[in-house]
Amino acid sequence: MSDVKKFLYVNRRAPYGTIYAWESLEVILIGAAFDQDVTLAFVDDGVFQLVKGHDTAGIEMKNFSPTYAALGDYDINKIYVEKESLEARGLTIDDLQHLVWEDEDEDWAEKDSIKVVSSAELAEMMGQQDVVLSF
Amino acid sequence: MKLSIQVNEGPYQHQASDSAFMFTKTAIEAGHEIFRVFFYHDGVNNGTRYTTPPQDDRHVVNRWSELAEAHDLDLVICVAAAQRRGLVDEGEQERNGKDGNNIAPGFRISGLGQLIEAGIQSERLVVFGD
Repeated sequence: MSDVKKFLYVNRRAPYGTIYAWESLEVILIGAAFDQDVTLAFVDDGVFQLVKGHDTAGIEMKNFSPTYAALGDYDINKIYVEKESLEARGLTIDDLQHLVWEDEDEDWAEKDSIKVVSSAELAEMMGQQDVVLSF
Repeated sequence: MKLSIQVNEGPYQHQASDSAFMFTKTAIEAGHEIFRVFFYHDGVNNGTRYTTPPQDDRHVVNRWSELAEAHDLDLVICVAAAQRRGLVDEGEQERNGKDGNNIAPGFRISGLGQLIEAGIQSERLVVFGD
């Protein structure tokens, strides 16, 4: 399997309440081993997945939000958050975890993984993908 | 065209499970090749042979098994999702010390890598779910 495809994972749901967010993250982590061109998108309530300071003690669920911080180590560094979804929920990028990756080509310089994009930009990006997995 | 199908919702609960089946069957009849059908989330419940719907209703599980038998389909159930939801084959029964198994004929349990591989190998990956 030498051919590299463009994989987009679209995360649309809140982190808790349903299992979609967690099982999406499981696919992303396994998929990272396949050396494909991976992009993540967070839209609608999916933007809540990246909000910092989750406390799940009250609902007796495992807090999986620290896992997002490890994505950079899996070479997953194209993480797009839809601007309109953030705004509709009264959020800004400052409410999100600061996700970073280290650029091997620039002496392991630490770079931001999250980029806030408009709905139109996201739509254009979706059109360029080979495989879109929606959760 | 070489297609793969992802089924994300459970039988009888959600139309996606029916739509996935009908799409797959129709695609085969139209001459397309199905590389794999991958069951994820509650979609794994499409593969338990203990399903017993009323006699005047469609049998979602048997329908998949029969289609797989007729066309040599690769029906793959995600192991992580299956373990959470009590979907067990003989291997899982032994590994996890369960007193039985419930996987339906024609299905097999494997890892999420099978989904990624389906995305790589197929010309289209068609996802059914909300």
